[in-house]
Amino acid sequence: MPLASYALGVMEASVYAPEVFARGLPASLRVEAQPEDRTTAVPAADAAAPLLSLQGIGLSFGGVVALAEIDLSVRPGEIRAIIGPNGAGKSSLINVISGVYRADRGHVRLDGASYAQVPTQRLAHLGVARTFQNLALFKGLSVLDNVASGLAYKVRSNFAGQLLGIGRSRGEQRDFLSRADQILEFLDLTAIRHRLVGTLPYGLQKRVELARALVAQPRLLLLDEPMAGMTAGEKSEMAAFVRAARDRFATTVVLIEHDVGVVMGLSDCIAVLDYGRKIADATPDEVRNDQRVIDAYLGVASNDEALSVNEGRAGI
Amino acid sequence: MTAMTSDVPPALVLPKWIAPVLLLAFAYGVVPLIGSSYLFEAILLPFLALGLAGVGLNILTGYAGQVSLGSAAFMAAGAFAAYNFNLRVEGLPLVGSIVLAGFVAAAIGIVFGLPSLRLRGFYLAVSTLAAQFFVQWALTKFSWFSNNSASGVIDAPRLSIAGFALDGAVGRYLFALTVVSILTFLAYRLVSSQTGRNFIAIRDNETAARIIGIPVLKTKLLAFAISSFIIGVAGVIWAFAYLRTVEPDGFDLDRSFQILFIVIIGGLASIRGAFFGAALIVVFPLALSRLGGFLLGDVFDSGVLDMSQRIVLGALIILFLILEPDGLVALWDRVRRRLLFARQST
Ligand SMILES: Nc1ncnc2c1ncn2[C@@H]1O[C@H](COP(=O)(O)OP(=O)(O)O)[C@@H](O)[C@H]1O
Ligand SMILES: [Mg+2]
Repeated sequence: MPLASYALGVMEASVYAPEVFARGLPASLRVEAQPEDRTTAVPAADAAAPLLSLQGIGLSFGGVVALAEIDLSVRPGEIRAIIGPNGAGKSSLINVISGVYRADRGHVRLDGASYAQVPTQRLAHLGVARTFQNLALFKGLSVLDNVASGLAYKVRSNFAGQLLGIGRSRGEQRDFLSRADQILEFLDLTAIRHRLVGTLPYGLQKRVELARALVAQPRLLLLDEPMAGMTAGEKSEMAAFVRAARDRFATTVVLIEHDVGVVMGLSDCIAVLDYGRKIADATPDEVRNDQRVIDAYLGVASNDEALSVNEGRAGI
Repeated sequence: MTAMTSDVPPALVLPKWIAPVLLLAFAYGVVPLIGSSYLFEAILLPFLALGLAGVGLNILTGYAGQVSLGSAAFMAAGAFAAYNFNLRVEGLPLVGSIVLAGFVAAAIGIVFGLPSLRLRGFYLAVSTLAAQFFVQWALTKFSWFSNNSASGVIDAPRLSIAGFALDGAVGRYLFALTVVSILTFLAYRLVSSQTGRNFIAIRDNETAARIIGIPVLKTKLLAFAISSFIIGVAGVIWAFAYLRTVEPDGFDLDRSFQILFIVIIGGLASIRGAFFGAALIVVFPLALSRLGGFLLGDVFDSGVLDMSQRIVLGALIILFLILEPDGLVALWDRVRRRLLFARQST
């Protein structure tokens, strides 16, 4: 499974990127991109203190430098994309932000508090939710139970109360299920709420994972390739959901995505990683015209030789 | 499966509680009247004890995903704890001894569950072997546990509840049935509760479970505690109601494997499955010895029986792992669905 989606990711990058640079945005996104809406939706952007900021993050695995001196600052309500070739360190960055990895150097500041390693166990309490590049759903649970599990951090009842159906457990359960149902409705998943999640097609599982992250109404939502392996139609649908989630819950979104077209239409700002370094961090228009970005990442898409080099790297 | 059941016309969909209630009515109302003492002594009593142990292990392994090879140790802990509470605490009713024995087994389960905070899968399984060897060693080494009996084999106390003796085969059967029914019902409630879903979440993806705020360490230890409690009580039933003696030897590694096989054959993460598996494990050797005796006559002595039993059982487990990894319970559900559809279309 990881291998398959990895291969898919590589494929998507090579299939979609040339189209983007030959003809601009893919048709589906040209329709969807609404820059005016986007600017109004970002609340008093520049003045606000960053919700998330990274300072001098460094991380290596043995000899491989996954991240080097990464600084990043994300304003409340922003949709921030992180792009870069395979192996650039995007997932590692999300893993550092969510405490799955501990950075060798640097700090993560979340809402004012500074961490050398973000306490994963407390992540949900801090208002941070995430999805994974390779699905991380609970296969043995239904769609509804998967989504309701996103509220597990709120559980106050103990197991004895739950066994006997006394104390807080009943009210808590009702509350969880009704909130899960609201999110399912919001993401148009109500029809499959009782299906075992392992039996769903890939694209729907991705959406269920988004639902599980959203149900807690996080202040910061980290999405690791939420649209990987999807068709163009599914991608624009997913992009619409991400934008709607931001608008509805005032959630700040950090998202990794390979499809440059999707990213340009969806995000307020784009950070570009290459070999663990941040080589650009600006608005979509600025990034599109940044010479270093074109050389390192975007350019390869319009150049077949460079593309094969890039794919070689992806295999690392 | 959920999708399938919704295809069945409403007339055929009975409330979920009907089947267990009918089964219990049969077990309480009919079986005691028609059963022979052979049925109780050789089949139903071991079936109930092992089925309950299977339920206990299934909570830990099937639901919470933590492999254990120490089940027999927790059975032994329960049996010996109940024996000693009964012996040493004046006026403690039998039920009190059993509940306290469950707590002792749970405490030992927590201690030997600590490695699960660091170890997974195969390594965890090996570390639970420590429980197996340690408990058996301690019970043999310190004769205090067996009240200094010379042989180490002690008679279990006679069963009685509120002065009502349950000595005969039927009495012991009813006693075991009651304990097993209550604990199984609670286990069923547990696995469909928030805690049960947390178990499954940790089993299916521990990192994701931690990220969404499930207290992973606490939940794992809770799984060990609950599972060991149930297995401990199963040990009491095994010793007090079935064997009527308490001895460490019966709770060896073979027994631990037997309970693991029950869970695998019956179906992981299924409460019903534990009883399917226990039924097979109990009935199978009896059937094999009858069949062997019938086909081969005197050649089929106990040595040959023991060997052929191991071979056939081993083959059966491999077959199950390959052909029906979801166990007897999945097989059963499929057959039942076929029957329902067949009836519907005729
Ligand atoms: N857990 C890990 N162990 C060893 N190497 C890792 C691990 N995670 C990431 N890496 C390495 O770090 C680099 C960046 O990987 P990753 O963050 O997954 O990139 P991306 O998500 O941009 O494709 C790669 O060279 C990868 O092999
Ligand atoms: Mg990645």
